[in-house]
Amino acid sequence: MAVLLLAEVVNGQLALDAVSKSVSAVASLGDVHVLVAGQGGDAAAAEAATLAGVSKVLFAGDHGFCHTLAEPVAALIVSLSGGYSHIAAAATSDAKNVLPRVAALLDVMILSDVTAVIDADTFERPIYAGNAIQTVKSSDSIKVFTIRTTSFEAAAGGNSAPVEALGTAAETGKSEWIEDKVAASDRPELTSAGIVVSGGRGVGSEESFALIEGLADKLGAAVGASRAAVDSGYAPNDWQVGQTGKVVAPQLYVAVGISGAIQHLAGMKDSKIIVAINKDEEAPIFQVADFGLVADLFDAVPELTSKL
Amino acid sequence: MKVLVPVKRVIDYNVKVRVKADGTGVDLANVKMSMNPFDEIAVEEAIRLKEAGKAEEIVVVSIGVKQAQETLRTALAMGADRAILVTAADDVHTDIEPLAVAKILAKVVEEEQPGLVLCGKQAIDNDMNATGQMLAALLGWSQATFASKVEIDGGAAVVTREVDGGLQTIKSALPAVISVDLRLNEPRYASLPNIMKAKKKPLDEKTAADYGVDVSPRLAIVKTSEPAVRQAGIKVGSVDELVSKLKEVGAI
Repeated sequence: MAVLLLAEVVNGQLALDAVSKSVSAVASLGDVHVLVAGQGGDAAAAEAATLAGVSKVLFAGDHGFCHTLAEPVAALIVSLSGGYSHIAAAATSDAKNVLPRVAALLDVMILSDVTAVIDADTFERPIYAGNAIQTVKSSDSIKVFTIRTTSFEAAAGGNSAPVEALGTAAETGKSEWIEDKVAASDRPELTSAGIVVSGGRGVGSEESFALIEGLADKLGAAVGASRAAVDSGYAPNDWQVGQTGKVVAPQLYVAVGISGAIQHLAGMKDSKIIVAINKDEEAPIFQVADFGLVADLFDAVPELTSKL
Repeated sequence: MKVLVPVKRVIDYNVKVRVKADGTGVDLANVKMSMNPFDEIAVEEAIRLKEAGKAEEIVVVSIGVKQAQETLRTALAMGADRAILVTAADDVHTDIEPLAVAKILAKVVEEEQPGLVLCGKQAIDNDMNATGQMLAALLGWSQATFASKVEIDGGAAVVTREVDGGLQTIKSALPAVISVDLRLNEPRYASLPNIMKAKKKPLDEKTAADYGVDVSPRLAIVKTSEPAVRQAGIKVGSVDELVSKLKEVGAI
């Protein structure tokens, strides 16, 4: 029994938080082999080899695997699948793109957003935007799944697993990468930040989101947003916290002007301390907040920022 | 070009979900059901392609219980041209797994020969986010998931995708499967005259057996439970009190 774990690599860097938590999520299932795909991923492969619990790193450094395009990367994983009982990855947008394609090519089901590994066949995952938790037992020969990493602790470092180089990508002629539009930011990455400050519809405009960003910068926090704020154009899509956005579990989550729709709560309710600032005292966000402040955010947020 | 749009009947977005006391699933009896919101966006996008002269015909297909006919009528009222209902279950609580759905859709694609499949990125019931990717795999087609912008350019689709880092643009050769995200468009409401007209549009009825697809599940549901409830904390009266509480618990 061995696990093939697809590593999340961003611009040649290993997404350490996502990968180390995924390694500990699958550690009980057998030997863990981490797959790093993409040209220039040498350093990411070397870093993956330091994670405790990893017995081997497979590095596919061909240019054709860059940008984790689904068609070549799925074909690569299928070509490697013979020796594995499980194929997994952190539930990132890349993995959600690639692994269902892998599963169908292997004629097995996919399990998305696994929050607990019960045994080799049995897994827990949220359904209905986190309104219910389902435990399912798979009868497939290979289990393919994505992992909601906020449910797991990070694996330690200090390991030195061997790194094995793999061959080149076959030309699929299906999709080609054109460009990435990624906002440069000095702030911590949203899914692994210790503190997250999020704004909702109550913030009212893109300009007013500067208030949220100011508080975040004072706290050294990442900035998040509710779906309503993103849909209204106040914040970019990659800030969205919630069932269809990012799932976060920081030490401190500050929700400003967010009512607390269930799909937002699904993305942040595992945070250690939740603070809610909202002028509507009936807002559902107060039902999950450790500290609630009923106040106009346009008064409270500048005051809070100045007093920290 | 013909566009195929799979649509799913799911619990309405605004209905509070209740887990059945016996832990076998979520209660769907006498609950308002609607088209999966992501699928509405896919239908809308197909209609806009047709209005822009990039598509000639829109075929919607739903796989599930007989009642999914209502979902198909909604899509027809929005502007789809014809519908295919594939009955694969009798009980409204039976969810056909994405792999089986993708297999049936692959057979429909074989018959219909569309140039493009537009689908929602995930259904808000099982939240699996898989059917589009699986269909592309079975067909050997290119896939472009989580689309926030779609441009058809000759033999290819240029698709902007919502990804973790921001936006990514890829060019996928047609035929392709494109799964759509929230920000692609705002679906229209069906007008009353169009709802009346939709009743006369063709709706073919098939079964999973007609396509020779085994829909038996690969995943056995052991139990369905309520999520852990987080207890509400306290209300603080001022920003000063909030700051001192946060310092007290060591959060800042």
